[in-house]
Amino acid sequence: MELWQAFVQIVYTLIPWLDGTVASILIILIKAIALVMPLMLVVAYFTYAERKVIGYMQLRIGPNRVGPKGWLQPIADALKLMTKEIIFPTKANIYLFLLAPVLAIAPAIAVWAVIPFDEGIYVTNLDISLLYVLAIGSIGVYGIILAGWASNSKYPLLGALRSASLLVSYEIVIGFALVTVVMIAGSVNLNTIVQAQQGGIIHWYFIPLFPMMIIFFISALVETNRAPFDVVEGESEIVGGTHVEYSGMTFAVFFLAEYANMILMAVLAVVMFFGGWHSPFEAIPYLESAFAWVPGIMWLLAKTTFFMFLYLWVRATFPRFRYDQIMHLSWKVFLPITIIWIFVVALMTQLKLGPWF
Amino acid sequence: MNSEQIIFYILSFWFVASSLAMIFSRNAAKAVLFLVLAFFSAASIWILLEAEFLAITLILVYVGAVMVLFLFVIKMLNIDKSTLRAKFTGYLPLGLIVAAIIVAEMSLVLGDNQFGLDVFRFSSPTRHGADYSNITVLAMQLYTTYVYPFELAAVLLLIAIIAAIILVYRNDTSRKKQSISEQVNVQAKDRVRLVSITSPSKKGK
Repeated sequence: MELWQAFVQIVYTLIPWLDGTVASILIILIKAIALVMPLMLVVAYFTYAERKVIGYMQLRIGPNRVGPKGWLQPIADALKLMTKEIIFPTKANIYLFLLAPVLAIAPAIAVWAVIPFDEGIYVTNLDISLLYVLAIGSIGVYGIILAGWASNSKYPLLGALRSASLLVSYEIVIGFALVTVVMIAGSVNLNTIVQAQQGGIIHWYFIPLFPMMIIFFISALVETNRAPFDVVEGESEIVGGTHVEYSGMTFAVFFLAEYANMILMAVLAVVMFFGGWHSPFEAIPYLESAFAWVPGIMWLLAKTTFFMFLYLWVRATFPRFRYDQIMHLSWKVFLPITIIWIFVVALMTQLKLGPWF
Repeated sequence: MNSEQIIFYILSFWFVASSLAMIFSRNAAKAVLFLVLAFFSAASIWILLEAEFLAITLILVYVGAVMVLFLFVIKMLNIDKSTLRAKFTGYLPLGLIVAAIIVAEMSLVLGDNQFGLDVFRFSSPTRHGADYSNITVLAMQLYTTYVYPFELAAVLLLIAIIAAIILVYRNDTSRKKQSISEQVNVQAKDRVRLVSITSPSKKGK
């Protein structure tokens, strides 16, 4: 942070007319670029990690041809997708057809603006950042619905219908699961929620909210259309779902949005339930000082990586759910559990149980 | 004009333009998308008014859920565009009358003098600092002063949900219901019956 302040000072002295509105807009732009560029890189290498991890889990090697040990595979994939022709279906609605991928990726990136990476490291500190995440995240469904509708093709439409109902029902579950966190932390500001989890693993919210954490993770799988809930794409049932008519870069944008959303959900799980940037060794006598040099952002990224690995692990392990089973899970299993747990948490906050309140 | 006013006029322009486009759009799906844009512009104007909680709630509820269901329904319906267009001018006088009545009623009920806000008619309300929490103040009001109206509204919504379910509910006899536990617990002997038969002796060869 001191480095950043020094940088801002240098810029101010170098360009004297740069002040006020222009300067603040520039600073926001620089922050956004500093966030989005690494994010896209992580997305690219997450696809590589996915293919490698699932490959090893299925006793295969995975990509190993492009570059040493296949390290350049995501770059090659990106180049291939960029140079491919974009095919427009004859009777498609071109404007909506092109708007759909934009509507998928824009919210997936915009949500990252409020994620706190460390004490004081964020693009913006909204007072209602959790609601912002939920609200902007819920816009992502338009990308899929429009893709299905604008393609003017039957399998995309079926995929879009499935996705619309799934996303709307699981948004409710995610909302309820996160309400319990808000009840304990007493704030909808992600920074405050992380700060409230200070003081070692015992203060992290996954202990009092263990069922909510499980439900949140499973719902995150549905929200991001991941296996075993990827009925939106469901290759064996509806070919490729909403992506059938998309080729080249338009498909790549959907792909980027999906993976950005997955990483976002992993970060959100860490921020809400696993203490965000706090070290797991806090309040442990010798380990705390031994690991004091590790910056908080490293802990956040390490925990996030674990959750990202869970996505791949789950995908390699479970067969796909049937559509009605997913709906059953949402409305008849998860929703009652979350509502009951809200009452449990209300009791716990009133009785001041444990170190969390 | 300061920058805030410029932003306000841009947002208002988008709000009015997208609302008009929503009405005059001939494609139902496009109309819904223009309505979404109108909601966004309204939410942005509310953020300018420092009512960020309401703005985010508008996006969360209307854009994130209600409009998605609208699009969902529109995709399922097979709308005949020619009949819609034929009746557009026919319904126009009636629509204008209804709209005028609604505007009159809303200006009577929602006027600023109803909420003690007419003192701000020629002066702007005081600005709050960056640490002012809109959601905390709103929650304090909702759960202390206005707790009974709030709970009543919640009960009303619950009744509406139950009524909607009752309307489409069919009793058990006319409903084809799937029992997942029965499906999972099914045994081979429930479905397949193996019968031992003596094969007739082969004579043809």
